[in-house]
Amino acid sequence: MDLITPQLGLLFWQTILFLLLLFVLTKFAWKPIMAGLREREDSIESALRMADQAKIEMQQLKAGNEKLLADARQERDRMMQEAQVMVNQFRETEKTKAVEEANRITQQAREAIQTEKNAALAEVKNTAAQLSVDIAERILRRELSEPAAQTQLVDSYLKDVKLN
Amino acid sequence: MKHLLLALCFLLTLPSFAQQPETAVAEGAKSENFDPGKVIMEHVADNHEWHFATLGDEHTGTHITLPLPVIAYQPAHGLSVFSSSKLHDSETHTYGTVKLEESKLVSTDGTPLYDFSITKNVASLMLSCLILILIFRTVASGYSTRKGGAPKGVQSMLEPIVLFIRDEVAKKSIGPKYERYMPYLLTIFFFIWFNNLLGLTPGAANLSGNITVTFMLAVATLLITLFSSNKYYWGHIFRPPGVPLLLLPIIVPVEIAGIFIKPISLMVRLFANITAGHIIVLSFISLIFLFKAATVGVVAIPFALFISLLELLVALLQAYIFTLLSAMYIGGAVEDHHDSDFQMGYDDGSEGAPAAH
Repeated sequence: MDLITPQLGLLFWQTILFLLLLFVLTKFAWKPIMAGLREREDSIESALRMADQAKIEMQQLKAGNEKLLADARQERDRMMQEAQVMVNQFRETEKTKAVEEANRITQQAREAIQTEKNAALAEVKNTAAQLSVDIAERILRRELSEPAAQTQLVDSYLKDVKLN
Repeated sequence: MKHLLLALCFLLTLPSFAQQPETAVAEGAKSENFDPGKVIMEHVADNHEWHFATLGDEHTGTHITLPLPVIAYQPAHGLSVFSSSKLHDSETHTYGTVKLEESKLVSTDGTPLYDFSITKNVASLMLSCLILILIFRTVASGYSTRKGGAPKGVQSMLEPIVLFIRDEVAKKSIGPKYERYMPYLLTIFFFIWFNNLLGLTPGAANLSGNITVTFMLAVATLLITLFSSNKYYWGHIFRPPGVPLLLLPIIVPVEIAGIFIKPISLMVRLFANITAGHIIVLSFISLIFLFKAATVGVVAIPFALFISLLELLVALLQAYIFTLLSAMYIGGAVEDHHDSDFQMGYDDGSEGAPAAH
């Protein structure tokens, strides 16, 4: 029976000490502990949220970068194309110029050749005439001693003239 | 702090080993007439001195005891405060007008006496309060020194338990208003658990297996339940929804009785579980002395050890059950109307929570 008989003294001390314990622990342990736990949970939650946000920002940044890259690539292509066009134009004009120059030089050369040829021909004609005159003189000196030969010569000249 | 905890853990690991020599020494000498019932009751019940061991014969040997202050109030003779050793030293167990009769204080002249002594249980209660405050001050300081950081040491050992009480017990049983009741729930959980463990240490008092202590805790839960109850709680008792009018004369008294049966079940459950564990361990050890054969110990000691280990589990389990049921009773008192329709049927007024009776 002793076991299930409440003791007045123990009840008194238990009540006082338990309430004291409840008060002390609440003030100095449970409140700081619960606050600390909540604070940590909040900080973890906010850290997670920030990480999510950072992820989204990273994605946005990445998308922006890609757009930038695509733009740059397009710009480069465009510039390349322009350069190509310019180069082609330049080459075309240079070619035309070169062809013209070549034509001019050829023309000059041809003209020079013509002049030289004419000069050469004139000289050849002169020399030939000189030679002919010389030859003719010698022949004449020898042949014109005879009247028949003279007539024959004149005739041949005349024949030539007619043929011309 | 660390050393204290270590020492505590060390002591907790060998309760049965340490209990054996104590019992053996205490009772070894008077083996001619061994009364296990008396020995067990001496160990389980409260006492005015803290007795650790007896060397030699009970009457002539040395008693290793811690004398405790006796505080007796006699309306006829006033307040008297003295050491309990004065009662035990005298042949008649009397000091002044106070007499110790079968471990109870009475007046020598038969006038009423109110005993407020610091008994073994009260001393143990003070010790446990001190330990609890020291440990949880250390835990709390961990949160201020490592603000928002990871827990360390004692803090990381006890934090999961605190979180468990908050998330699994308070939030689930009480609902959104749980925060107000957290200090009480945490205090009773750790108070019961630590005292259960202290009760398992050799030579310690059986505080949480004392009906006075469990009575006080149950009354605390009852008062908190009643003071935090709302109109739906009382409506549920005096006009249970969905019950035919003719049945009300039966149901209402049952519901009213239920208000008191709940805390009584809390009181008896804790008391019976803890005391029964102690009695079983002591009974196994007593077998050795009953049979007057050391060979019985080959069987009795492993059994006692097994029960002691089981008691370590029971210590935690009973603390959890007491806390969980208290939270459920409080939850039943504070819940809002919309929940109560689903919870008819549950005697503890909780929503689908496991019945841990």
